[in-house]
Amino acid sequence: MAFEYAPAPESRSIVDIKPSYGLFIDGEFVDGRGSSFKTVNPATEETLAEVAEASDADVDLAVKAARRAFRGWSRMSGRERAKYLFRIARIIQERGRELAVLESIDNGKPIKESRDVDVPVVAAHFFYYAGWADKLEYAGLGPNPQPLGVAGQVIPWNFPLLMLAWKVAPALACGNTVVLKPAETTPLTALLFAEICQQADLPPGVVNIVTGAGGTGQAVVSHPDVDKVAFTGSTAVGKAIARAIAGTDKKATLELGGKAANIVFDDAPIDQAVEGIVGGIFFNQGHVCCAGSRLLVQESVADEVLARLKRRMGTLRVGDPLDKNTDIGAINSREQLDRIRELSAVGEAEGAERWAPECDLPASGFWFPPTIFTGVTQAHRIAREEVFGPVLSVLTFRTPAEAVEKANNTPYGLSAGVWTEKGSRILHMASQLRAGVVWANTFNKFDPASPFGGYKESGYGREGGRQGLAAYLKGAEA
Amino acid sequence: MARIDVRKTYKLYIGGAFPRSESGHSYEVADSKGKFVANAALASRKDVRDAVVAARKAFGPWAARTAYNRGQILYRIAEVMEDRRPQFEEAVKQSEGGTAVAARGQVDAAVDRLVWYAGWADKLAQVIGNANPVAGPFFNHTAPEPTGVVGVLAPQSSSLLGLVSVVAPVVVTGNVAVVVSSFARPLPAVTFAEVLATSDVPGGVVNILTGDAAVLGPWLASHMDVNAIDLCGIAGADGSGELATSLEVAAADNLKRVRRAPDAEPDWSVEPGLSPMTAFVEHKTVWHPIGI
Repeated sequence: MAFEYAPAPESRSIVDIKPSYGLFIDGEFVDGRGSSFKTVNPATEETLAEVAEASDADVDLAVKAARRAFRGWSRMSGRERAKYLFRIARIIQERGRELAVLESIDNGKPIKESRDVDVPVVAAHFFYYAGWADKLEYAGLGPNPQPLGVAGQVIPWNFPLLMLAWKVAPALACGNTVVLKPAETTPLTALLFAEICQQADLPPGVVNIVTGAGGTGQAVVSHPDVDKVAFTGSTAVGKAIARAIAGTDKKATLELGGKAANIVFDDAPIDQAVEGIVGGIFFNQGHVCCAGSRLLVQESVADEVLARLKRRMGTLRVGDPLDKNTDIGAINSREQLDRIRELSAVGEAEGAERWAPECDLPASGFWFPPTIFTGVTQAHRIAREEVFGPVLSVLTFRTPAEAVEKANNTPYGLSAGVWTEKGSRILHMASQLRAGVVWANTFNKFDPASPFGGYKESGYGREGGRQGLAAYLKGAEA
Repeated sequence: MARIDVRKTYKLYIGGAFPRSESGHSYEVADSKGKFVANAALASRKDVRDAVVAARKAFGPWAARTAYNRGQILYRIAEVMEDRRPQFEEAVKQSEGGTAVAARGQVDAAVDRLVWYAGWADKLAQVIGNANPVAGPFFNHTAPEPTGVVGVLAPQSSSLLGLVSVVAPVVVTGNVAVVVSSFARPLPAVTFAEVLATSDVPGGVVNILTGDAAVLGPWLASHMDVNAIDLCGIAGADGSGELATSLEVAAADNLKRVRRAPDAEPDWSVEPGLSPMTAFVEHKTVWHPIGI
């Protein structure tokens, strides 16, 4: 007999969401001069708060504050800067539950992911880079590393707090100051982070947070007094940023889209591979730039892998992000849901076969069931374009050479997965795949000590590890 | 009666062969005093495309060679250059003017630079790669890999040392190059191509086009099968700022890695450091669980 799960909702009482939020500039929350916008809970469509939309003038104030703060922050000894970062890391741990609940409310991701993945890895990033602040001359990036100045950072909505940590921690460790723009659909945890900066007594202006949409982001990256641009988001916007900063002295790192191949050989441990496939594409509703969105399975085991994958997908629970048993939460916005629906319809129209397990989706909010497409060819749009949702395209191959050929056959090159018990084959495949991260017999693993970033049109530069410091230092060689 | 000397026809170097420009065009090359020296092939857009095709074909096998072997080949280039010193000294003196001693110094430095880079082939990954101590039972390792086809606009003034200083770091890391030589001073580059052809460098790994960087640069920068571009060669000239900007804009279409144009041509006698090599490598991180 099957047991039903009782509801296990996490209480949201720990979070105090204000009706409206201003901008965080020079250590204070201030009213913006521009208009405002609403951020909604994607699981319920309830409006959570009004958030200021930073105008060009607001961005200018934030950059000026960051420039003023740069003098003191960059001259402060690394040892003292480190202590501020350690403080921030500790406060993130102390307020971890609150951060996780708020992240799930604003983003729609399951609480078990925000609680067990996002927030711990965020704290780990601040700890990791805190330790670098007084050791930069030992990083192997040249003998006298110097900060660049003011970093303009624009981050996406899929991992709001984690992307903030990836950007802010190395920037501050190296002695830069930042103006960060969170995504318009997920600004709340960045604003809570601003409070954390206040609790840590971080000098005013070292971190500034300006909320808004694309226009605000554009103002941040194109501000003439910004020395460094760091962006995570779509390839199209990444290209626009590369054009916008052409001919300037601005340094840039771009972490863009991906269409990762997850390659399963016939000798792979099938159950582990199926878990890896599920984690690779359904983690965070597939809102992951390095998601394993193209399954390449060796023909001889394709039927078996698909049968087990479908059985496993049937056990995934879609629904309330705050329920501790939820595997797949809400799609972040109506706009994103529309795009997933549109590309899925194109998949069917182009002849691929669509399958999703039976599941009841809530009546309000933005939802999409875990879905796979079989009979996909390399020419299909769902095999070439980033769906950025819980949608997996399944292709087959016969030889390792064919797997490599198909895996590399996209303009992207962010990540890849390989599943096989044969060590020499893992190493061969890892060397042949044109991707910045290769996960072998695992997927979607992250750690602050491990560099992350793409080849080809997945962008340039690395975040994480000692390579992640190079992006924030003058003349750094890594 | 005096003997009539046999003059050389200066050609392009594409895919290991020495074609004339597909366009049939050539241009007059003068020495430092303005006296006619030769007609050099004037590379066209089609020559750029042919060179990119040759480079792409050479990339996989070149990148797959062992670092030790690539180092050996770079050292072999230095050996063959050393052997042909008089010809290089003459070409540099003709192109750049100055004394015979100064030209000899340039050739010394160019050969020494090749030797310096040859030694990096099997060391760079050790210096800039690493094992990553992640919080969990995983093997996690990061190592540099080549970016692919690199468009190189070679320096306009330093016709040999500058050329070697931008080509060697690209190929020693496993990349392949499509090089546009100095426009006014192309002859050392042509001689260098002849050295490459006899130095065990596989055809297509380095392709050298004599021509105008302002004309050929945009085709390289906008080519969707070129992965990176070095804009060093447009430093310092009139209007070089706008040209550099337009090339960076074109390079954004496929997110090429760009090594930006410096304000003025750098002092090539200074030891270059790692950045000419690191500008054109990607870092690949591989994860695997640890268990029994």
